[in-house]
Amino acid sequence: MRRQLLSATIVMAMLTLLTGIVYPLVVTGIGRVALRDQAEGSLVRADGRIVGSRLIGQAFTTPRYFHPRPSAAGDGYDAEASGASNLGPTNDTLIDAVRERAERYRRENGLPPGAPVPVDAVTASGSGLDPHISPENARLQIPRVARARGMDPSAVRAEVERATSGRVLGVLGEPAVNVLELNMALDSAPTGR
Amino acid sequence: MSAAAWLQFAVLIGLVAISTPLLGRYVARVLGPAADDAPLERVFGPVERVVYRLAHVDPRREQTWRVYAAAVISFSAVGLVVLYALQRLQGVLPGNPDGRPGVSPFLAFNTAASFVTNTDWQNYAGESTMSHLTQAAGLTVQNFVSAAVGLAVAVALVRGLVRRGSPTIGNFWVDLTRSVVRILLPLALVLAVLLMASGVIQNLSGAHHATTLEGATQMIPGGPVASQEAIKELGTNGGGFFNANSAHPFENPTAFTDLLEMWAILAIPFAMTSAFGRLVGDRRQGWAVLAAMLILWSASAVVAMEAETHGNPAVTAAAGLQSAPNMEGKEVRFGASASGLFAATTTGTSTGAVNSAHDSFTPVGGAVPLVNMMLGEVSPGGVGAGLYGMLVFAVLAVFLSGLMVGRTPEYLGKKIQAGEMKLVVLTVLAVPVMILTLAAIAVVTDGPRASMLNPGPHGLTEVLYAYTSAANNNGSAFAGLAGDTTWYNLTLGLAMLAGRFLVIVPVLALAGSLARKPTVPTGPGTLPTGTPLFTGLLIVVVLVVVGLTYFPVLALGPILEALTI
Repeated sequence: MRRQLLSATIVMAMLTLLTGIVYPLVVTGIGRVALRDQAEGSLVRADGRIVGSRLIGQAFTTPRYFHPRPSAAGDGYDAEASGASNLGPTNDTLIDAVRERAERYRRENGLPPGAPVPVDAVTASGSGLDPHISPENARLQIPRVARARGMDPSAVRAEVERATSGRVLGVLGEPAVNVLELNMALDSAPTGR
Repeated sequence: MSAAAWLQFAVLIGLVAISTPLLGRYVARVLGPAADDAPLERVFGPVERVVYRLAHVDPRREQTWRVYAAAVISFSAVGLVVLYALQRLQGVLPGNPDGRPGVSPFLAFNTAASFVTNTDWQNYAGESTMSHLTQAAGLTVQNFVSAAVGLAVAVALVRGLVRRGSPTIGNFWVDLTRSVVRILLPLALVLAVLLMASGVIQNLSGAHHATTLEGATQMIPGGPVASQEAIKELGTNGGGFFNANSAHPFENPTAFTDLLEMWAILAIPFAMTSAFGRLVGDRRQGWAVLAAMLILWSASAVVAMEAETHGNPAVTAAAGLQSAPNMEGKEVRFGASASGLFAATTTGTSTGAVNSAHDSFTPVGGAVPLVNMMLGEVSPGGVGAGLYGMLVFAVLAVFLSGLMVGRTPEYLGKKIQAGEMKLVVLTVLAVPVMILTLAAIAVVTDGPRASMLNPGPHGLTEVLYAYTSAANNNGSAFAGLAGDTTWYNLTLGLAMLAGRFLVIVPVLALAGSLARKPTVPTGPGTLPTGTPLFTGLLIVVVLVVVGLTYFPVLALGPILEALTI
């Protein structure tokens, strides 16, 4: 057994060097040379300052921006505290939260009482950092955003379409609208501000 | 389920169908008897010889099952101590740009046990607990070596079935080193680059300070994620760099990476059936095992996808909708069906990575990962662990059919006798007894019960899920359960260690016992084990063993909840 423990210690040291130091550094090196933007976090800059990441959702509350999904990460979109609500399907806390979010969504977007609200708009995501909303969710927010910005709704709709990605290869995942990219595009659109 | 969802499922099956024979052939050459002729000997050979020389290992000298088991346990014990120490000391070590302090003792024990046993249960949030050094030189390393231990034990069991009158079952140090250097490392390197190209981060910096469009502050995390993500899936480990695991956009940014990750989880476990068929010299034996795994996995995947797509009627009504998928705890880019598919994939294997919150699944959708784990994770199971788990069920299946017709059972020409059956029964019973006992204690004790997030039957399911996941070395969670308490850190940690080694040691003993035996010629009374009939028998044995053991507690948890919704 002592002999095995000695071998175990040395093999562990060698494999730590190989898989815990060399391998991550090689991948980091490849990233730095060939895939710099992705490896750094797909960061988005405006006027040289980091505004966020294309892949990480952020909180938007004012009417002139498209709103993301509810988030359970910290106080909402805290990228140092990713996570889900973990509320079970029969938990009243979840059902009450959904009802309340649906009412607020209808109020904010001028929908009649009891109108259907897209399910992604009333549920928290798995990461709490979901960068996307569903195309239907975006469509229902167009009138509000257009009014708040004094923009033509068709111009806003065109930006929504540009920020929408379909299923990968036509079959993988679901169509989605990137909220940060959409809002940045609106800010730089000629009729904006 | 939409046509696209079915096609997505078909694409995944297609990828696995392509990789299974290719990878199986490669694994059989790397770990089989003609190992010296394995491809790329000139690249990998020198690296391995350095390891052997420094560790005083003679690669030509084989071990009895006792020595092999002693080597496995020694290696895991050293890994446990190193990983514990690394977490405790990370505050004073380099590679800590965000200034994380040392991890508390019970949590460090739980995490060390978790990663050494290939479980990767996480009672911590990665982004706020672990330094980059701990993630790379601690957790990533165990992702490699715990998977390699699984491969080694599986191939040792296969040797036991193939050899006649042999006192030895191979050399653990050789099996371990070759598995890491020739199988896991090259695959992980390629996968890491593919993931990185799609947006998974890989850097050594701390968090970036971002000022959002509305003027708030957001800290965008950094870290060596892609290198860890790749082996996390390939090694069926599942421990995320971040708390949200594969739901986090930096671990799983697109529906394409989601597909890649699901493939990576399934690739080696399914390939092991092909390697098995080649090593025993009868491909049909491998096909029979593969078919059983594929049927169990596919069935569970369809149930989970359908249940999550159908959604939660209470949420649907509260949003004023007629029908909607269950999106609580799910990402828009994946949607409900890819989340259900991932859940079935991660728990049919011993992975435990999640791309959505299992705790918020519908009762039926959430029962799928739970039942998959209860089956012992043999559809297709963990790297190596899936094959040895399923072969134990295969021995049980031939034994039961032997009883029915009154003949001495044999598997691949080896007589299955009292000694073997004792080991098989020990393996099959150890895990359920542990799960049910610990879960029962937890739900009748005030402190542990207070950790439940959700009321009613769902709370029971949270506790049951935790022990099922730990003892089967899965690592996924109904994460509402607050696990970072002394009780759960300790009991889950012990369940993981017992669930790992109370299976591995009997399996190695079984390998040793079978290797010593002669092969008996096939007779008219031999049950052919390379046939669809045997596949069916195998599935029935897996389901009956589980159904009888867990049905009462499933009735009190997910079944009761499904009836109240």
